[in-house]
Amino acid sequence: MDITINGQLHQLDIEPDTPLLWVLRDELGLTGTKYGCGLAQCGACTVLVDGQPTRSCVTPVDAVAGSQIMTIEAVTQDPVGQKVVEAWVSQQVAQCGYCQSGQVMAATGLLKQTPKPSDEDIAAAMVNLCRCGTYNAIAAAVRHAAQA
Amino acid sequence: MNEMSPLPTVPPEAVPLNLSRRSFLGASLGALVLGVALPAGGRAFAQEAAPAIVPGTRVNAYIQIQPDSTVLFRSAFIEGGQGIFTAMAQIVGEELDVDPTQFVVEGAPPGPDYTLIGGYRFTGGSMSVRMSYDAMRKLGAAARRMLLQAAATQLGVPIAELSTQPGRVIHAASNRSIPYGDLATAAAALPVPTDVPLRARADFRWIGKPVARIDIRDKSTGKATYAIDLKVDGMLYGAVQHGVRLGMEPGTLANEDQVKAMPGVHSVHRLPGAVAVLANSWWRARRAVEALQITWVEAAPGSTVRVMPADYSSEKHLADLKARTGDGLAFETHGEVGPALAGAARIVEASFDAPHLAHAQLEPPSAIARFNADGTLEVWAPNQAPEMFQADAAKVAGIAPEKVIIHSPILGGFFGRHFLYQTANPYQQAIMLAKATGRPVKLLWTREEEFLRDALRPMSLARFRAGLDANGLPVALSAVAVGEGATGRWFGRTADKVDSSAVEGIAGKVYAIPNRRVGHVHVDDPTIIGFWRSVGHSMNDFFYETFFDEMADAGKQDPYELRRRLLADNPRHRNLIEAVAALSGGWKRGPFTAEDGTRRARGVAMASPFGSEVATIAEVSLKGGEVVVHHVWVAVDPGSIVNPAIIEAQVNSAVALGLSSALLEEVVYEGGVPRARNYDGYPILPPERMPKVHVRIVESGAPMGGIGEPGLPGVPPAVVNAASVLTGQRIRSLPLSRSRLTDMAG
Ligand code: FES
Ligand code: FES
Repeated sequence: MDITINGQLHQLDIEPDTPLLWVLRDELGLTGTKYGCGLAQCGACTVLVDGQPTRSCVTPVDAVAGSQIMTIEAVTQDPVGQKVVEAWVSQQVAQCGYCQSGQVMAATGLLKQTPKPSDEDIAAAMVNLCRCGTYNAIAAAVRHAAQA
Repeated sequence: MNEMSPLPTVPPEAVPLNLSRRSFLGASLGALVLGVALPAGGRAFAQEAAPAIVPGTRVNAYIQIQPDSTVLFRSAFIEGGQGIFTAMAQIVGEELDVDPTQFVVEGAPPGPDYTLIGGYRFTGGSMSVRMSYDAMRKLGAAARRMLLQAAATQLGVPIAELSTQPGRVIHAASNRSIPYGDLATAAAALPVPTDVPLRARADFRWIGKPVARIDIRDKSTGKATYAIDLKVDGMLYGAVQHGVRLGMEPGTLANEDQVKAMPGVHSVHRLPGAVAVLANSWWRARRAVEALQITWVEAAPGSTVRVMPADYSSEKHLADLKARTGDGLAFETHGEVGPALAGAARIVEASFDAPHLAHAQLEPPSAIARFNADGTLEVWAPNQAPEMFQADAAKVAGIAPEKVIIHSPILGGFFGRHFLYQTANPYQQAIMLAKATGRPVKLLWTREEEFLRDALRPMSLARFRAGLDANGLPVALSAVAVGEGATGRWFGRTADKVDSSAVEGIAGKVYAIPNRRVGHVHVDDPTIIGFWRSVGHSMNDFFYETFFDEMADAGKQDPYELRRRLLADNPRHRNLIEAVAALSGGWKRGPFTAEDGTRRARGVAMASPFGSEVATIAEVSLKGGEVVVHHVWVAVDPGSIVNPAIIEAQVNSAVALGLSSALLEEVVYEGGVPRARNYDGYPILPPERMPKVHVRIVESGAPMGGIGEPGLPGVPPAVVNAASVLTGQRIRSLPLSRSRLTDMAG
């Protein structure tokens, strides 16, 4: 099976229903994408599939063969992603940081589709969980990135 | 790179050196003798180590200056979001004269150099900064002096002519400067000076300032590495299925052969209370272990684990707590409660309860174990107490503790999750599996196994009885907490002594009520209990501070004014409650109508957790039977501070967790099994329920208190006190999601 991650084609010999998350983490060593729940509950595993924020823990790898997948490892190579990361740094968002790869990817996905989101757009898109409660900083950073 | 404005030069040294003691680590660890007694309470590793090592004094155990003048710093405390690595860089950097941005900080290995908490070491109790602040400043100052000494020798000038700028030694007279990196080797071989003067507070550049966190960029780009991300050569991946009730043991495995034939599967193993599958990827291991058809056998008599009864339920346990009447063992007494209650004009009584809670930190627990050819065992595991894990890992492996190397990666949230709780940590299983296979093993618990085996915040109940005088003022208060504390569970309990972790937050209150008694009735908690952010305070301040409002209402007193009145002789706390009122624009209880037309009310609460003082106000409305929290204002007085930005972040975080517990969280057992095994059944605070948080830091100058936990305990009572104004009915049980709340105004 062929999949394209961060612009690079990978050939995999793997059960087709393996979640994309575990292909990324264990097969390809891309551990920036996190496992939190495995059940589409938390969003720690968020990646972009053709620009769309997607929970990789419940996405079978064969469903995304032929798609463009972007993970946190390549986020700064994307101009929008780079802006998001700078906003995350300037707003000092992260605490434990574990959810933040998913948060940054969700924000990047949002701003790619909606460069000037309203507060409602932000609330609708930024639904990933953060046990450290960085939600206010996350919303501030998304607004900041949208203005950058 | 450092984008801060140029920093002033540190003035030349004027004080003579005191090189009375020798120290050099790294080069020859343990070669020095320090003739200083260990602090009382120091034991275990400290006593075994010869020569005696005074924790926090050996520069080379902590500080390694790299050729490029950056500093590799080994922190005694583990980073898990609380910002301790940044705080260490600030404190040490201030005295060492290195910009915090030039630090790389990692968790230190086990060892006597790091047992900074009275001879022990753990990351918890909001103790890290306050217990190490002085020692870390001295350490940084000593290291700077060693660099100056090395420079004096190299330049052939008296040390008094030298000064430093961040990262370099300056000889102004000859216009020469040497980067720290060029002096590091020579400096590391020098004796560690003592009695080096510290910087004056007025000259602080980083301590007390909102210095940026040093780990932010890595944590924003996926580069930060947690235990779950680690890999060692040749490792097998492991997944487990636990018996649903503790004590159950695996019996027959009906389809073991089929499972062994599944893709990538290496082997199937029976473990105490669990079955594991090892495979060449974690997903394959998980799929295989979940395919196993296991017959579980009930615990044999004499089982060494805490057996979970098949008829246990949360409902039953709560009923047990309610049935345990009596005043219990006294923990705190002032005056004479009995006579004062007897003589009171009016008696107010109520009882409250709070459920078991899960940590639900976002990183599920994992561990890697590897036996090395030289007889050592290496363990990588999320942990808040490396020495305790080392001792336990040694027992599991059957080797000496000094043969166990513990690596302590940064934590994807902890909140008390990663202490040593027998049956709640995966590293023992990883060690057994590595031993059985002769291969390194990385074991990761699924979220479901984590919810099954987490160590819970205990369930507790408290009964209050207050006596009011004819003016409605409290003259007597009797409080009895019923349940079990986590400290007693894990560090030993004696029948004649109250475990303070069970009553903290009911005891230690600051209000001037002349007659009061706090008692405790111990009831064994059948679950595995543990420390949960702010421990006993997480529920006890809710019990006390909501009862306070009931008392105020019964006596026709405004709850804020009554608190102020009972703090009349207590300037620190009175100042604090006034500070939070001012921060919120002046106290108003409501109900009032907000600009958006919602009917709102405010509640206030105070708490004295972990050496800090906190006053909290919450503003709420009701919507669809649920509480909406709009604002939380927090005034916190930790005495003195290191980083106001991190404090504000920690208060935000503590508000979120406290609110999550008040609104949503409860671990519910039925038939000895927790009902929820993932976030779908155990909801935690989602972004849309996060209030605006406003923080005021008050530096009273009192001894430094903690920061990680203190923001939490005031939140549930402030929210519930506010909600009770709207409902017109007191709420005495958490979480609020259990009941549908309606506004009494309709
Ligand atoms: S791990 Fe995918 S949503 Fe939680
Ligand atoms: S920063 Fe810790 S879970 Fe979000």
